[in-house]
Amino acid sequence: MRDHPLVQLTLARMREFYREPEAIFWVFGFPIVLAFALGIAFRNRGPGELRIAVLRHTGDSALAAALGHAPGLAVTVLDSAAARLELRTGRVALLVIPGERLVYRYDSTRTESQLARLQVDDAVQRARGRADAVRVEDERVTEPGGRYIDFLIPGLLGMNLMGSGLWGVGFSVVQARTKRLLKRYMATPMRRSHYLLAFVLSRLVFLFVEVAALVGFAWWTFDVGVRGSFAALAFTTVLGALSFNGLGMLVASRARTIEAVSGLMNLVMLPMWILSGTFFSYARFPETMQPFVRALPLTALNDALRAVMIDGSPLTRLGTPLTIVTAWGFVSFVVALRIFRWR
Amino acid sequence: MSAIRCTGLVKRYGDVLAVAGLDLAVTEGECFGLLGPNGAGKTTTIEILEGLTPPDAGDVEILGLRWTGGAETRALRERLGIQLQDTQLADKLTVEETVRLFRSFYQSSHTVDEVLALVELEEKRGAWVGKLSGGQKQRLAVACALVSRPELLFLDEPTTGLDPQSRRQLWDVIGRFRGAGGTILLTTHYMEEAERLCDRVAIMDHGKIIALDTPRALIALLGAEHVVEFALADGAIPTVEELAALPGVRAVRPAPDRTALTVAEVHRAVPALLVLLERRGAALSLLATHHATLEDVFVTLTGRQLRDA
Repeated sequence: MRDHPLVQLTLARMREFYREPEAIFWVFGFPIVLAFALGIAFRNRGPGELRIAVLRHTGDSALAAALGHAPGLAVTVLDSAAARLELRTGRVALLVIPGERLVYRYDSTRTESQLARLQVDDAVQRARGRADAVRVEDERVTEPGGRYIDFLIPGLLGMNLMGSGLWGVGFSVVQARTKRLLKRYMATPMRRSHYLLAFVLSRLVFLFVEVAALVGFAWWTFDVGVRGSFAALAFTTVLGALSFNGLGMLVASRARTIEAVSGLMNLVMLPMWILSGTFFSYARFPETMQPFVRALPLTALNDALRAVMIDGSPLTRLGTPLTIVTAWGFVSFVVALRIFRWR
Repeated sequence: MSAIRCTGLVKRYGDVLAVAGLDLAVTEGECFGLLGPNGAGKTTTIEILEGLTPPDAGDVEILGLRWTGGAETRALRERLGIQLQDTQLADKLTVEETVRLFRSFYQSSHTVDEVLALVELEEKRGAWVGKLSGGQKQRLAVACALVSRPELLFLDEPTTGLDPQSRRQLWDVIGRFRGAGGTILLTTHYMEEAERLCDRVAIMDHGKIIALDTPRALIALLGAEHVVEFALADGAIPTVEELAALPGVRAVRPAPDRTALTVAEVHRAVPALLVLLERRGAALSLLATHHATLEDVFVTLTGRQLRDA
């Protein structure tokens, strides 16, 4: 059993991988660093305090005091040159000019300034004795799964499956080809299917670690849960990994140099990094591009992963994206086998 | 019975005729050498015989079988050991892991211990391949070829680029395999290696075999067993006719830096040469004699030095 060529080839693949510290970082460390950095940068903080200014003029201090009592407003008193600069650079959202008639000076295209306009006016009118006509009550909610980090983690998982699936196969195959190792294997009775299958098997072993690391980290640090079943998540990630393995074999099937295969890899991956909704929703792209965007394997995989992790969908509702992922993998693998350069 | 037989081999790469109609028969149990300069077509020939490169024309039979693909090819691969000229084994695997991997491809094979003992790499068993010296890497490559207990061993320039000690260690490995009854086809551009290891040698140039015999018989082709080389510090070199007329001289090869004489009897030719030079008032800057080698055979056959041909 241990001396079966498939076992030995798989062990060799795994050893070559885990003895390469850079590879370990890019596959396991990098997505976690990325998740951490983006999770911190885009954490949901609410709108925060709005900075506004009052122009230095008669009656400025009374006005500033009145505005200072309003929640969510930070008020400074500035003279006219400073006020103009701060307003232009967006460091204050709105400038109040005291006088007989109050003037609000602000850029109406900025959301923050619009918000400041409403809050300042409300505070001013209340200070002068305006009463509420209707009694209201605030009810604040945070929908689980609605945060940016909840959106991001399944996307990062998909992107990582693509990256390590493509690089893992592509780089090793082309390296074996340039070092004439592939030719050396061809001089033995080794079965070609064993050679290729070993990539898939070793990939599955590391896949488990890779998915567990990222999902575990997201859960531990940002409380990102998996609402669907772990079986559905496992099935989807395995399918995604196999599909990108197939694509990796296709990309590596003819290339003779590392430079050539690196170029091809980037050519394949770059459109998907941008279009497939890893960091932001692909709904932002124009309607005419949507069919193309949705046909990409990473888009389909990201959709399926989000459905499982955020919406808790069962696999039965993921027919379309899973079919797209499978079709890409299957077609790539078949074509790769036909055109593979075995020396 | 022939271990290797091929007839009319032709291989063309674009405009270059790498192998130009080559016939060869290697007998079971012999060590056969393909000798020639870089670019002579040795590697192309051996890779055609190994079933790795399809020939454009010609017929190949290895151990009575052919490279037909499928089951017959796999059955044949089980019985061969192959070392390729420029294979780099995976750097991050250990010696033992590498041998174990190659071993797993064969039905019947040596144990890891046996094969490491054959190439004397036991103490390097746990070392990464990337950390081995050139000679150790080459012995490991041969170990991967020997692990299948092959009947026929193909070695493509096994000692190129190695230091003399590593080369001698590999010669011992090859010698032991041959001593145990194995058949070997090896290519080399080292004459010394061919003379030392091979029962028969084929000298290749421009994709053809230009001479084929035992090393001794090839050297005997020169009709003389010694070579005298000399160069002058000053004075005019005697003409080729004058030198050829000296007693015992069979052939004269003038070259810019030195002149070589192929000589049957050194004890008669050298004094006569010295007398001739003294009469001319010429002073020697170099005088050397050595036994004729395959190198001299190659130079005589092609008019070019082997190394820089």
